[in-house]
Amino acid sequence: MKTRNTTTTADQAYLANRTQTLAAALTAAVFGSFLFLAVGFAHSATVHNATHDARHAFALPCH
Amino acid sequence: MFKKLFGAAFAAGIVAGLLITGIQEVTTTPLILHAEEYENGGHDHAASLKSDYVIIQTKLFSTRTPVGSEKLFLAHSNSGTEGHDHGEEEWGPEDGLERTLYTLGANITMGIAFALMLTAAFAVHGGEMSGRRGVLWAMGGFAMFTLGPNLGLPPEVPGSMAAELGARQMWWLGCAAATGIGLCLMVFGRKIGFVVLGILILIAPHVIGAPQPDEIGGGVPPELAGHFAAASIVVAAVFWAMLGWLSGTFYKRFEA
Repeated sequence: MKTRNTTTTADQAYLANRTQTLAAALTAAVFGSFLFLAVGFAHSATVHNATHDARHAFALPCH
Repeated sequence: MFKKLFGAAFAAGIVAGLLITGIQEVTTTPLILHAEEYENGGHDHAASLKSDYVIIQTKLFSTRTPVGSEKLFLAHSNSGTEGHDHGEEEWGPEDGLERTLYTLGANITMGIAFALMLTAAFAVHGGEMSGRRGVLWAMGGFAMFTLGPNLGLPPEVPGSMAAELGARQMWWLGCAAATGIGLCLMVFGRKIGFVVLGILILIAPHVIGAPQPDEIGGGVPPELAGHFAAASIVVAAVFWAMLGWLSGTFYKRFEA
């Protein structure tokens, strides 16, 4: 009985840790994608002109 | 965990962005500036006349074709065939230091963006990280964001001809996503079925085909365009290798 309780607590701790990791990873991936789209793909002429050379250097579709 | 992922990604992105801007200054940037001379007609008047002729033809052609059909665009033209022709000069950084600083900002932001995707992948995959393992992950990023899309849409030098921008951007993003999903299935799929599915997803955008211009023949000499295409792919490889090593190293050092 005692062993079973310990295992459950350990499982819960692992699950909580894993959930936190996945939440952080999802946030990082979404924020990263947003930044990438803003710098590399935004149609705004101002953003385009400011990021122009970087877009060309990274071989993104430009103009 | 947030601190570890974001801290490592920001540190790696800033350092890689700084380093790659220095490398671009002596590789891709001089080629872009050289191409712009042709694009603006300063170098070869015949070439620019030819380009104007094509633009006029395109304008005539585009009035007769239904919406959504392929049109021809001259990347960067002063004639503003692109839709952002508002009659007035749009803001752009001054050539020289200001332009370089904006490029630096864009490179750092791009570096942080890619590093965030890398650290997210490290976290989901789990296990020990190191600079060397970071480089392996980064080669996946290089394949996803450079090799895959560039097979259909080669790096464009200013003044090269290409299909409509929105269509190219959609294909580019779809191809990057398909390359990433395909590679993950091939690397992490334990069964042959996953590997085969991965290959099929990876090649699908290329079977569909990237949007191409109806005509080619921009004002920039092919030698220069070819040199730029090669240089930008090499520079991207260097960038990803640096970013991967830095992301892996910082990820290992930063506390959760």
